Amino acid sequence: MARTVWDSTVGKKTVMAVSGLIMLLYLVAHMIGNLKIFFGPTEFNHYAHWLRTVGEPFMHYEWTLWLIRVVLVVAVVAHAVCAYQLSRRDIRARPSKYVHQRPRASYATRTMRWGGIILGLFIVWHLLDLTTGTVHSGGFQAGHPYQNVVDTFSTWYGDVIYIVAMLALGLHIRHGFWSAAQTLGVGSRARDRALKTAANVLALLLTAGFIAVPVGVMTGVVS
Amino acid sequence: MKLTLRVWRQKNAGADGAMSTYEVDDISPDMSFLEMLDVLNEHLILAGEDPVAFDHDCREGICGACSLVINGDAHGPERTTACQLHMRSFQDGDTIDIEPWRAAAFPVVKDLVVDRSAFDRIIQAGGYITAPTGAAPEAHATPVPKPDADFAFEHAECIGCGACVAACPNGAAMLFTSAKVNHLGVLPQGAPERETRVLDMVAQMDEEGFGGCTLAGECATACPKGIPLVSITAMNKEWLRATRKVAKR
Repeated sequence: MARTVWDSTVGKKTVMAVSGLIMLLYLVAHMIGNLKIFFGPTEFNHYAHWLRTVGEPFMHYEWTLWLIRVVLVVAVVAHAVCAYQLSRRDIRARPSKYVHQRPRASYATRTMRWGGIILGLFIVWHLLDLTTGTVHSGGFQAGHPYQNVVDTFSTWYGDVIYIVAMLALGLHIRHGFWSAAQTLGVGSRARDRALKTAANVLALLLTAGFIAVPVGVMTGVVS
Repeated sequence: MKLTLRVWRQKNAGADGAMSTYEVDDISPDMSFLEMLDVLNEHLILAGEDPVAFDHDCREGICGACSLVINGDAHGPERTTACQLHMRSFQDGDTIDIEPWRAAAFPVVKDLVVDRSAFDRIIQAGGYITAPTGAAPEAHATPVPKPDADFAFEHAECIGCGACVAACPNGAAMLFTSAKVNHLGVLPQGAPERETRVLDMVAQMDEEGFGGCTLAGECATACPKGIPLVSITAMNKEWLRATRKVAKR
C-alpha cells in the first residue's frame, strides 16, 4: 500500500494534503500562542515555559515539545519532497508553452510553488532567529522569548521577512486547504462554497494573527 | 470577414515548428471554425503549398477528434468543440492564433495534429467492464438509482478530446481519467472492477507522462462537455478507497 501511494501522483498529493493539514493545525495553535504577547512579558514567557512542561508528569521536561518538533519536521520534509517531485513531473509534462499566452488559474494557485519555497526559507530563518538565536539581532536570551521577539521586530528586515512570509502563507493556505479537501476526496458540489470560505477565513485569520505581532512591535503596543 | 491567422506549422514529429501567418478573406460568420480552415487549405492547395493538417471527424461535437488551441483556449472562446465554434464568435479583422494541444504525452504529429493514443492506453488499462452484457437489456432488469444514473451519464459525456490536458498548466489527464472512472465505477455493471479500474487507470496515466493535478481548474473550464472539477475529487476518493481495500485483501 505504501508503495502504491508513493509511486502515484494521486498518492503523493495525499501525502501533501495530510502533511499540509498537520502543519496547518500547528499554525493555528502557534498563532493563538503568539497573541499572548499582547498581555505582557510575564504571561508570554510563562506560556513559552509551559510549552516545555506540557504533559508532565507523564512526559519529561520538553518531551512533548520534541515530539511535536519531530512530527513537524517529518511533515515539512514529506510536503517539500512531494512538492519537488510532483513539480518536476508537471514541468516535464508540459515542455512547450503556448505562443498565445493568457493568465491561467488564480494568483494563489499560480504562486503555490514559489510561495512554498519562500515559506521553506522563512522557516529556516525563523528557527535560526527565535529558536536557536544563531542569526538573532542583539543578544538572544534563551528563556526570554518576549524580549527576543521585540528585538527581531525592531529591525526593518525582521519585519519585512516576516510580513512577506505571512502574506505568502495566506495565499498558500487559500489554495492549499481547499485543494487538500479535494485530494482527500471530501469536496463536493454542495460543500464547495463552504470549503472555499473555510480556506479563505483560515488564510485571513492566520495571516492577520501572525502579522499582528510585528505590527504591535512597530507601533509600540508591544515593547 | 477578413482574418489574419497565425497557425502552428510543423513538418513532422521531429521537425522544429513555428507560427506562420496567413490572410483569409470572404469568411462567413456562419461558417464553423473548421470550415474557415477548409477555406484556408483550399487557397494553400491552389497556391501549391502544403495544407494545414488538423484533426476532425464528425464535425458535430461528439467524436472528440478536433483539437485546436485557439487564442490560447482549448477549443476556442466558447464552451464547445472547435467544430461547433462559429466564426460569429470573432470580429472582422481579428488576428487568431491556432496551436496544437501542448503536452509531453501528446506529441505533435504534424502541424495541429497530435498523437492522443496515450488516452487509448489509459482506457485499455481499465476503462471497460468485463461482464458480457450482450444486446441492450430490458431497462429495469438492473435497477440503478436515479442520482447514480445521472452521475454516470454526466461523466459518460466525456468525448476524450484532450482539451483538459491541453488547458492544464501541468499537462495532467486527471479530468479525462476521472470522467471514465466515475462513469463506470458508480454503475452495477462496473462494480466488479471498481478497485482495479481506478488503480490501473491512474497508474497508466502516470506512466504516460501526464502531470499531476494542482487543482488549477483550467481543465473543467476548457471541457466542451462540462465535466466538472469535482470529478477529480470523486476519483481521488475512489483511488483512496481502492488503495485501502486492495491493501486489506
